[in-house]
Amino acid sequence: MASPGTGLLERRRAPGAVPTRSDPADRVPATVWPWALPPVAVLAVVFLYPLALVVRESLAPGAYAEVLSSPSFRDALLTTVWLAVASTAGCLVLGFVLALVIAFVPFPGGKAVSKFIDVFLSFPSFLITLALLFLYGTVGMANGIWTDATGDPTGPFRFLGTPWGVLLAEITYFTPFVMRPLLAAFSQMETAQLEAASSLGARPSRIVRQVILPEALPALAAGGSLVLVMCLNEFGIVLFTGAKGVTTLPMLVHSKAILESDYAAACVVAVVNVALSVGLYVLYRGVSRRAGA
Amino acid sequence: MLVHSRTGRWTAWSLFAVLFVPLFALPLLVILAASFSTHWSGAFPSGPTTAHYTAAVRGESLQALTTSLVTAVTASVVALTVGTWAALAAAALGRKGKRVLDALFMLPVAVPSVVVGLAVLVAFSQPPVLLNGTRWIVIIAHTVLVTAFAHQSVSAALRRLDPMYEQAAASLGARPSYVLLRVKLPLLLPSLTAAAGLCFALSMGELSATVMLYPPDWTPLPVLVFTATDRGSLFTGSALAVVLMTATLLVLLAVSRIRTKASYR
Repeated sequence: MASPGTGLLERRRAPGAVPTRSDPADRVPATVWPWALPPVAVLAVVFLYPLALVVRESLAPGAYAEVLSSPSFRDALLTTVWLAVASTAGCLVLGFVLALVIAFVPFPGGKAVSKFIDVFLSFPSFLITLALLFLYGTVGMANGIWTDATGDPTGPFRFLGTPWGVLLAEITYFTPFVMRPLLAAFSQMETAQLEAASSLGARPSRIVRQVILPEALPALAAGGSLVLVMCLNEFGIVLFTGAKGVTTLPMLVHSKAILESDYAAACVVAVVNVALSVGLYVLYRGVSRRAGA
Repeated sequence: MLVHSRTGRWTAWSLFAVLFVPLFALPLLVILAASFSTHWSGAFPSGPTTAHYTAAVRGESLQALTTSLVTAVTASVVALTVGTWAALAAAALGRKGKRVLDALFMLPVAVPSVVVGLAVLVAFSQPPVLLNGTRWIVIIAHTVLVTAFAHQSVSAALRRLDPMYEQAAASLGARPSYVLLRVKLPLLLPSLTAAAGLCFALSMGELSATVMLYPPDWTPLPVLVFTATDRGSLFTGSALAVVLMTATLLVLLAVSRIRTKASYR
């Protein structure tokens, strides 16, 4: 519990009783309710009502049957899900390794690296794709080095327009979202446990497996499910690759609505995408509440 | 310390460097380098120039920058007001009411931004409120997207707030409004400014909802970065991206200065 809670109320509580948070708990005076109305009204007008309209629009006759049976939709659904799952797995592995080094094999400049990660989080995702265009694009650093070295005018790196380019960009962009909760969890860990394990002769790999990993699991679960939801919803990265071969659900919403002006179909895809992400998000909230995040 | 041997430590550090530098440091450096050059056909960019920047602070680009700034500031202020109000109201409600209110205000995080854009577009392209083609539709979409984050960080701060301060003030006879304005909000100020910075950064970089509904005379900077790169002007695009990052960082820096001042109070 975060609050220091040294009040009289706290002290009088019977031993073993679970203290409740900030405790206006169960009896709410009738004058409190109206105060919640203005923000809820604003939210209803600008968000809930529009969302309801999307659902209504999606119920146009035949819209669901047409979209759900179309191969482009099924392709997009499949691509979205496997990209999100693969990116999340990549972020978890990479984030765990990097956070491990920052926290337990400290080096000068480690603080600066954590700061850099915070800054990285405040940049938009499409910058990564833009950078990858210079790094691995048809003209760019990697292919340029290849040309300089071999004289071959076209380099071997041409994966940017494929799902692999999107995967690389998503792993790069979302790994910091896994590292932050992990670093927070590691900073609260007892180093005595590590010292004890290592003085008893455990090798680093065993300490990581048996001491650090169990402690990190809640943070990994919370960070991983957040990244999964964000990957399902990611749009900027996919849009910037300009790849016709990679269509995810958000891309399909955009192309149906803006390029084809087929709003009913766009709304159907949107409803499917929302159901997928909100379902996962509810799961994430459950996980992170248990993790105490 | 996890690794005690010298070679082990160096192995860990070089693994870190091999993963970290190409994945995280290089992208930003590459964008910065590209924004100052005209060609990139070898290992390094060539043809150093500042022409992209002189173009980036003029005409269309300058207008896009001010558009982004105005949108981000408006969206952040509104989102912070609504989000803080909701968080305060939720904290005063019982556990059930709080859960409902929190869930409602967290929903925009889970809904894809593209869908938020589509929903706002659908809702305000038809009566009773016609906003399609105006700047307000962009600002509304941004506000929806960042309100959730404002609400989340303010309610997290409220949870950490020691209730003793307000109880003491109330027991000394302070009215609820006085407690709110003179005790609670000042104590929350550091978190409020942090939330403001977060909202601002998110809104500055927002692309997904914006491409669904921006009118031609209200084009935020990320859209301009996209249209530039989409027609092949990668170098112009990266100069615009650097301008976007710099503007965001400067405002975040200014906001964090307010925070340090407030937390010494």
